Amino acid sequence: MKRSGLKAFLYLLPALIFLAVFLVYPLIDVLIYSFEEGYSSAAQSFSGIGWYNFDYVLHDPYFTQALINTFILVLITVPVSTGFALLIAFALTRITKLRSLFETVFFLPYVTNTLAVGMVFMVLFKTTPYSEGFVNMLMGMVGLGPVDFIEGPYWAKMFVLCFYTIWIVLPFKILILTSALASVNPQYAQAARIDGASSWRIFTKITLPLISPSVFYLIITGFIGAFKAYSDAVALFGTSLNSAGMNTLVGYVFDMLYREGGGYPSYASAAAILLFLIILTITVINLLYSRKHVHYS
Amino acid sequence: MRIELEHLTKIFPGRGRRNRSEVTAVSDVTLTIPDGMLVGLLGPSGCGKSTALNMISGLLAPTSGKIYFGDKNVTDLPPEDRGVGMVFQNYALYPHMTIEQNIRFPLENLKGDQKLTAQQMKERVEEAARTVDILNLLERKPSELSGGQQQRAAIARALVKLPKVLLLDEPLSNLDARLRLQTREEIRRIQQQTGITTVFVTHDQDEAMSISDRIVVMKEGTIQQTETPQKVYDDPANQFVAQFLGTPPINLFKGQVRDRILYIAEQPVLHTGELPDQEVVVGVRPEGFVLREDGAMKNEMIREEVSGRDTSILSRNPAAFSPIVRSILSNKEELLIPETVAAFDLNPRKTFLFSTEDGNRIRTELTVPSKEEDREDRHEGSKDERKEVRKEERKAEREFALAQEDIKKAREHTREAIRAEEKAEEGQGDQG
Repeated sequence: MKRSGLKAFLYLLPALIFLAVFLVYPLIDVLIYSFEEGYSSAAQSFSGIGWYNFDYVLHDPYFTQALINTFILVLITVPVSTGFALLIAFALTRITKLRSLFETVFFLPYVTNTLAVGMVFMVLFKTTPYSEGFVNMLMGMVGLGPVDFIEGPYWAKMFVLCFYTIWIVLPFKILILTSALASVNPQYAQAARIDGASSWRIFTKITLPLISPSVFYLIITGFIGAFKAYSDAVALFGTSLNSAGMNTLVGYVFDMLYREGGGYPSYASAAAILLFLIILTITVINLLYSRKHVHYS
Repeated sequence: MRIELEHLTKIFPGRGRRNRSEVTAVSDVTLTIPDGMLVGLLGPSGCGKSTALNMISGLLAPTSGKIYFGDKNVTDLPPEDRGVGMVFQNYALYPHMTIEQNIRFPLENLKGDQKLTAQQMKERVEEAARTVDILNLLERKPSELSGGQQQRAAIARALVKLPKVLLLDEPLSNLDARLRLQTREEIRRIQQQTGITTVFVTHDQDEAMSISDRIVVMKEGTIQQTETPQKVYDDPANQFVAQFLGTPPINLFKGQVRDRILYIAEQPVLHTGELPDQEVVVGVRPEGFVLREDGAMKNEMIREEVSGRDTSILSRNPAAFSPIVRSILSNKEELLIPETVAAFDLNPRKTFLFSTEDGNRIRTELTVPSKEEDREDRHEGSKDERKEVRKEERKAEREFALAQEDIKKAREHTREAIRAEEKAEEGQGDQG
């Protein structure tokens, strides 16, 4: 090895050691655990090696439920939040009066304490002995019956979860998209107007392709973030997610390790590996798609 | 199509707390651009020329005034409905599209009965690309093209929908000097070929002079003069126009008119027509100085300056606005370069008088005073005689030139001889 290469390697060494110990080793360990059948953490022993852990997890109804929940969450929240963010960011660039005020308002949720957010959602959705929640009150005004959003039917609970997730991720996306839109040279839109394009065509044919790297970044991180959702569900429905039928994949992994019938690191590892494979597949698809439709200047 | 601007005014509101005062970018501009003409809006930066162009394109709405295309009032029409083609200063080619997609974009936007089939679009795109000679670049992205190629692609995009009006915003400012010359010829050729009424904005007088049919000189939002390029140069309407056009720039002097004689630094230089006695500003083009031993204007010589094809004399005059008076010599005069005093006659056709108050031109017939008589004498002779005289003149000039050459050579010889002597002496000194 050349001297300079050795020197560079030495500088990198501390970071590499940390990454190896706290990231690479656990990853490999998880992979190993997932193939060790009947592993007992107390005895540090296992009975055999094979696919049994995966077989068990895939046939566990709780896992199937978590998988469905996660997929619904991903498929609804990622497009809706990105679309909303795009709409709001575009509107923000168009107004001149009170623009900074609106920008601040839209960004506030990002800096708000999670507990405070939870309180707000309680007021909005939770049924208490004294009230049925603000949303139910509104629904009552247009003649719709009260719905228990926290302990009621599945669709109501899913609605609240999606609503909450979108609300949480929106500010960051608006921030990214506003700056992306601001960096687009207004001359392109002017040229397009001279070329006779309607506002809609300017947006879809000119503006959107020009900010596509930012949109793509938000979609990829949005997918990964939504697949890893857990804390939002806990914040809304408490820790017994399985019984509420609102568990997510990460929640399932966590439960297998620590909760109720916990103490099954092998099952947890198998589920984690499955989650990893899903995210990997989706990201690869995203990347392949982006090659065609994302324009990097 | 004829373009008419009627009392066009654009006022930008003041921005922010710091500069509340509004800015009048274009003020009461009235202008008619005849059909098929190439017109250059010329002026220093901030003179409102780009604002005027943007109002013609529809990107900016005028504060007041009207714009007509032909007989149609288009003042309130949005840009997409005006049917103009425009080339932006930095071309504004859509970076994510290929050149072909860029040129096709205006065609895809056509609506209703103007809609084209894919085949028609392809033909039109190729036709436009052929006009500007970029047929082989259609598959490339704008970032893969040189500045000149991007420029031509932008022109093709502006031309593809066959607009009645073509607008160019500083079309050459992003090109290097060589490409600029080439491209401006190209623009001229395309304009002649298509016959589209074309308006372009520039701050470069050479650009405007070389390709426009008409030049509109602007300053602080108002039109100073609208004329053919040569006329603007030869017959400026005011001091600003005279100063703005011409490289090297015009020389300005403080002058007085007394008894129909123009004095610069108390030296009588020219006769004027009927004019009251007054202070004036005198502008003399660099080529308006005629070097003569008995010239009327006597300047202190600074030095001569040779740059390629021209020889200039830099001199000093107490009444001049700038510390250096620059005059360009014709070839004949180069041999007579004086050493201490540069005496010039002024060419009355290259000399202009301006008012000291508002800079407007004072129009009067200027004439050369003393030599008027002998020139007339000469003209009285017969044609043959005149020919004879001219022949002799030329002969004398040639002989004079040869003599000068000889003198130069002799001087050179002497100098060399002196140098050789000095060297020899030095050598002896070393030995001793």
